[in-house]
Amino acid sequence: MNAPDGVLVVGASAAGLATAEALRRKGYLGALTVLGAEPHLPYDRPPLSKQVLAGTCQPDRAQLRRPDVLSALDATFVLGDPAVSLDSVNRTVHTSSGLALTAEAVVVATGLRPRTLPGQDGLAGVHVLRTLDDALALRKNLLSCPRMVVVGDGVLGVELRLGTAVTGLSSHEDRVTGVCLETGEVLPADVVVVAFGAAPATEWLADSGLPRDNGIVCDSRCRAADGIYAVGDVARWHHETLNALLRLENRTNATEQGIAVAGTVLGDDEPYTPVPYFWTDQFDVKIHVHGVLSPDAEVTVVDGDVADNRFVATYRHGGIVTGVLGWNMPKQARLHRQEIGNPALAGGKP
Amino acid sequence: MKVTVDQDKCCGAGTCVLLAPDVFDQRDEDGIVVLLDETPAAEQHDIVREVAGVCPGVAISVIE
Repeated sequence: MNAPDGVLVVGASAAGLATAEALRRKGYLGALTVLGAEPHLPYDRPPLSKQVLAGTCQPDRAQLRRPDVLSALDATFVLGDPAVSLDSVNRTVHTSSGLALTAEAVVVATGLRPRTLPGQDGLAGVHVLRTLDDALALRKNLLSCPRMVVVGDGVLGVELRLGTAVTGLSSHEDRVTGVCLETGEVLPADVVVVAFGAAPATEWLADSGLPRDNGIVCDSRCRAADGIYAVGDVARWHHETLNALLRLENRTNATEQGIAVAGTVLGDDEPYTPVPYFWTDQFDVKIHVHGVLSPDAEVTVVDGDVADNRFVATYRHGGIVTGVLGWNMPKQARLHRQEIGNPALAGGKP
Repeated sequence: MKVTVDQDKCCGAGTCVLLAPDVFDQRDEDGIVVLLDETPAAEQHDIVREVAGVCPGVAISVIE
């Protein structure tokens, strides 16, 4: 093993924690520091918009690891102290509190920042949903406010009104009163959830010299510069099998990429070529997507029945399966994953 | 090694089954994890540790 003298992971969420844990599992015994912008111990984000928001589980259930498991990791957690700059030549990260942390290998896992509407900052009743504090604040507000508008129709939001652009927010005395549409109409609202995507959190790297273009641009080993790597939502790396720069904003990739980069930090020389995968709960429907679903694919139901609200569909291009959609059939969707046509994309090993 | 699963946290990804099919399975009806072997043999330990780390629902724990 070609172990570096010190590893610094910038980001203490799923991808950062997975990297740290995988380093230890793979036998790395050296110094290990995990720097997190939020004050909380590592927690999981998918439950925030599901069980935590619904109040069906306590916020501590979202913790990624029990405190004793984190202690056994023998890593130094520096929390509540956002990174503010990176000296990529010396691999030194400067933090908001004035710390300067240097390591032979730096792994950037700073994730995403939600996009916001103009005039949103400081307006009561307007929420984004990215952090545990966001989820708790939104829940508190939802319980007391009757009218909500969700802006954004991705998997996080719900469909508002097709083909209608939002132009801004209306407010009265620093509190939101509605959402303005381009038609001139104003949808009245006590609570507005702004969920139209998020951008890679790379502002702090502006002076680092690292290539930034919709994320930190990396080679096929997820390396952005000598001794500097990126993992999770923030990483845009060259997927050799797809022969494209790819940035995946999903939970499974955060972990798998962390594990892959831990290997690279310790001397492995393998490209990172995962099968993209995500799941989402939409009301009573559990949707699981393996691979790539493109709009012009040929879609075939291969298990279950659309009429029963349970089915698996394969997506083909030129006869080759590129993706699998499971609709309330997670196990069967996973079984059909093996049909994804590119052998390198169908493997189970991350 | 003792493996435990939290079916309430499981999201049905099936990552565990892809990596360690002798230790984990999924229910046919909803994809939730089923533990086949709570004390896996020594040769499975490395992969089961990886499964616990990679599970996207954080539903699998290992006690050693």
